[in-house]
Amino acid sequence: MSTEIDLHAAQVSKFRAQDKAFHYITLLFAFLVLAALVGILISLSIEAMPTLKEFGPSFLWSTVWSVPDERFGAMIAIYGTLATSIIALLIAVPVSFGIALFLTETCPVVLRRPLGTAIELLAGVPSIIYGIWGLFIFAPLFAKYVQPPLQSWFGDLPMIGSLFSGPPIGIGILTAGIVLALMVIPFIASVMRDVFETVPPILKESAYGVGCTTWEVVRRIVLPYTRVGVIGGIMLGLGRALGETMAVTFVIGNANRIGASLFSPGNSIASTLANEFGEAEPGLHISSLFALGLVLFVITFIVLAISRWLIRRGMGSEGL
Amino acid sequence: MPEQLTESGANAALKIRNLNFFYGDFQGLSDVNLDVEQHKVTAFIGPSGCGKSTLLRTFNRMYDLYPGQRAEGEILFHGKNLLDKKQDVNLVRAKIGMVFQKPTPFPMTIYENIAFGVRLYEKMSSSEMDDRVEWALRKAALWDEVKDKLQQNGLSLSGGQQQRLCIARAVAVKPEVVLLDEPTSALDPISTAKIEELVNELKYEYTIAIVTHNMQQAARISDFTAFMYLGELVEFGKTDELFVKPRKTQTEDYITGRFG
Repeated sequence: MSTEIDLHAAQVSKFRAQDKAFHYITLLFAFLVLAALVGILISLSIEAMPTLKEFGPSFLWSTVWSVPDERFGAMIAIYGTLATSIIALLIAVPVSFGIALFLTETCPVVLRRPLGTAIELLAGVPSIIYGIWGLFIFAPLFAKYVQPPLQSWFGDLPMIGSLFSGPPIGIGILTAGIVLALMVIPFIASVMRDVFETVPPILKESAYGVGCTTWEVVRRIVLPYTRVGVIGGIMLGLGRALGETMAVTFVIGNANRIGASLFSPGNSIASTLANEFGEAEPGLHISSLFALGLVLFVITFIVLAISRWLIRRGMGSEGL
Repeated sequence: MPEQLTESGANAALKIRNLNFFYGDFQGLSDVNLDVEQHKVTAFIGPSGCGKSTLLRTFNRMYDLYPGQRAEGEILFHGKNLLDKKQDVNLVRAKIGMVFQKPTPFPMTIYENIAFGVRLYEKMSSSEMDDRVEWALRKAALWDEVKDKLQQNGLSLSGGQQQRLCIARAVAVKPEVVLLDEPTSALDPISTAKIEELVNELKYEYTIAIVTHNMQQAARISDFTAFMYLGELVEFGKTDELFVKPRKTQTEDYITGRFG
């Protein structure tokens, strides 16, 4: 009898040791992520230090980026990054919303699978392909058929007019934003579709049951129910738009200035880095590029923090 | 089987004639004929998969949401065939409300849960809306429990309260018929008793069709009972008669628990 109990005890302590080992191994993996994050932040900061010392906080809002004069400011790149990303979201969010709604609510069953797959495939297209397509195919067409009418419609309006001024050369902030929109649509649309599918059918049926139309069900039931996931999807798209490098570098025009017009060429943080790292001299130039990288890191972090905050605030207002 | 139709066809709220229902190639209902009488409770009983929920879901065309499901035959409501393609589905659903197996409060406040459906079809001032919300919640015997927390989320209520909220929501749009699809299957006995009481109250103003797994429940609350098996209506009649003196042996076997 007692030997049997001893046998069990031996088993139990073995299991306990296994559990403990497993616990520590998973802990180690989790810490690797944290260590990588902190490591990147530290090394970026160290490399950026000369620039930060030289220019101080004015690095952030200075609009001069001159390699020969060794004067560097981040504003041009920050503006380019934010402007292109905002344009991308303004276009991509409604379109993705429509795609996701069509796929989950109104699409005939036979089309559902092929269309869904097509969208996922679009997400897998390498960004360089969007870049060359944007530069060689889209930009010339855009310059010829879209920019002139935009100018003739809006060019004379106060305020808005200046956004569409300047020569229609095809490449620039607006073009980069549109190409970015195409790139993030598949991400946002597939996340939205997945979260729309999580709405319990019985909840939708109840709404249809009081006489709702499809739009009313979507507006009042599906969207509130999935809001957290929808915000998550938009932020995923924004994160990708902020950091996208190759495609933007191809179509943004790579000019180190801020133009009032959306047609004017500019530069984003990622495109500046991609363009200049190769030939940058060690010293202030390299250091400034690292500082730009640090700025991008921080912007992404802020975006993430804001989205977390939005999600939490949204849940609070629902009284949950 | 003309004697199966109803006791008095004149007062029927819904007249179901030669109804067949298909899930793709599978026939879920075969040649169902019956009348759901006005201001009475009609219960549908039968083993799982017998088609009783399917039948209920044809009354408000809920199956329309799912491609591949289709109904043939007639369901007459005020003399018009609900199954007619030209029939406005949303209007049908506003006139024929439904409460489901599980409580399904909308992701909004208790007040909005009720006001939401009303606003779709009626324009009213906010004080009128307040009155309507209170009226509906009183009808569902929920007012006293929630009157101080109308701005809380509907999901914060208990399961039984949520189900009564759903009944209030269905009643608020002033439908003529209320369909209850196993409304108490997810509830405890006390909540169940409250809902049953409620059904008894509501039948004076509404026509009620209820699907239930619980034969005692059907016996307790219904005026008419339909027993269904394998997609067919086996027997239909006054509840008192059907439970005491079933005409068919299948019905007898089922209600005495000898089914198998």
